[in-house]
Amino acid sequence: MTTLTGLCTLLAVSALLVILFYIAWRGIGSLNIQFLTDRPRPIGEGGGVGNAIVGSLVLLLISAGIGLPLGICVGVYLSEIGRGKLSHAVRFIVDTLTGIPSIVTGVFVYAIMVVPMKHFSALAGGVALALIMIPIVARTTEEMLKLVPHSMREGALALGAPQWRVTLGVVIPAAASGIATGAMLAIARISGETAPLLFTAFGSRFFPESLNQPIASLTVQIYNYAISPYDEWHAQAWAATLVLMTLVLGINIMVRFLTRSRLR
Amino acid sequence: MSAVSEKFGAYSTWRRAISPTGNTGDAVFRFLMLLVALLMVGIVLAMVIALASESMLSLRQFGFSFLTSRDWNPVKGEFGALPFLWGTIASSIIALLISVPFSIGIAIFLVEQAPRYIARPVGFLVELLAAIPSVVYGVWGIFVLAPILRNYVEPGLAKWFSWIPLFSGSITGYGLLTGGIILAIMVTPIISAVVRDVLAAVPGSQREAALALGATKWEMIRVVLVNGMPGITGAVILGLGRALGETMAVTMVIGNRPEISFSLFEPSYTIASAIANEFTEATGDLYLSALVELGLILFLVTFVVNGFARLLVWNVTRRTGGVERAA
Repeated sequence: MTTLTGLCTLLAVSALLVILFYIAWRGIGSLNIQFLTDRPRPIGEGGGVGNAIVGSLVLLLISAGIGLPLGICVGVYLSEIGRGKLSHAVRFIVDTLTGIPSIVTGVFVYAIMVVPMKHFSALAGGVALALIMIPIVARTTEEMLKLVPHSMREGALALGAPQWRVTLGVVIPAAASGIATGAMLAIARISGETAPLLFTAFGSRFFPESLNQPIASLTVQIYNYAISPYDEWHAQAWAATLVLMTLVLGINIMVRFLTRSRLR
Repeated sequence: MSAVSEKFGAYSTWRRAISPTGNTGDAVFRFLMLLVALLMVGIVLAMVIALASESMLSLRQFGFSFLTSRDWNPVKGEFGALPFLWGTIASSIIALLISVPFSIGIAIFLVEQAPRYIARPVGFLVELLAAIPSVVYGVWGIFVLAPILRNYVEPGLAKWFSWIPLFSGSITGYGLLTGGIILAIMVTPIISAVVRDVLAAVPGSQREAALALGATKWEMIRVVLVNGMPGITGAVILGLGRALGETMAVTMVIGNRPEISFSLFEPSYTIASAIANEFTEATGDLYLSALVELGLILFLVTFVVNGFARLLVWNVTRRTGGVERAA
């Protein structure tokens, strides 16, 4: 029996390793300075994904700017303030928000931002990513705040501090590293999102100039290149995939090592 | 007079609800947090309203027949969602059929059998599968998995099993089977992670009792599985919710043809991939509205599926606080 279950595990792990090594093998060939800094050029002229890397970073900044504060507030509400049915309802809503397909989030943001503004924009893309981020940040923040011992809250309250000072000055700092971990994981998660960007940020072949304009992103670029009929673009898709995977797995592994001592 | 005191009573109840300490700073702080929390509820409501109002044109035009018509022909203005419903459900079921046994096997191995120094790093590697972005699975599916299936697996299956309708049809490498396999790899880490939590939440006394009654290790694991069945069901439904809404990877390998075919090899189309593929090209209000209605359907289905799964998993893991321990 151990053999059978071990085999299942082995297969899953080897699927991971096969995928990772294949990406590294195919991607490394087209990876060079020009590829990382140039913008896309027509077939035969090389070009790169520099604009998409910048675009992805801009989108991450917008979404983190919106998503982190809101997510942390919801987490604080769930852990420190909410009682009874309402907080259960909020937790349930937040959990189910996590499960809403990201493409639906994209359609929603299209309806509330792209349609009224009449054009695709970096801002809309950032909002779509923020909507995906909030529930993840909220739930990890809640879990981390709950790990803070009650005696710390009671101690601060006994010294005469009102609840808001207890929360902001004692509880949140005590859980800060955990909250940061959750934030990093949420950022890793949304940096791989493609579907919500297709018709919000849309994509672009130029370096971003304004948040009000369509903006390129690494993931959408990978998608467009991968489904194109050109071998040169396929090679670029692999190289861009390698860049994306380095970012995403880098964050995941870093978080793992940073939190190793605390999880034990 | 009574109206005034009633009003005042309501005011003080409200005040106490917002700030039990009577501190002004607390009242402001608690009110702000409550506001953000309610914003979450507001977002979900806004989603329903926005999707419904954007798809009103299509809702009015087709009504219920949208779900039962199998004609999707934007040129003629015919929009029926049946091929997408079929593709979505079929690819998800294939994914679960492959993934569920594996996920349960992985969870049993990690919780019941593997020593700690193996379980931790291996568990992390399995979780990393969930960290790989969807579009990366798609790239891998197009250039690696689809050619392998087209050149080796599907011809073999067609040769031996072509008398079963599932394994007939033209071999392209892009179709339900490819989509299902990619989805299976993607949902396995999710299902196995939740099953791990659920198994870890089964009390140790159950295991000791089984062993004390003379059960073998395998029989003991069966007891644990039976005990965690509601949670495992929840995990599977959670995986289903993920598979139903998965977009990029499926779009890139499923072939994207709105037809209903029982062959695993033939191209198919899912709700999510139809939206991803056609949304920016949709000409005309009715076309766009029909695509938004697909989004509305997907939203409602995944909302119900996820809600149901969460309730099942919550009931199991909250009873013993197993989530914290399993992490």
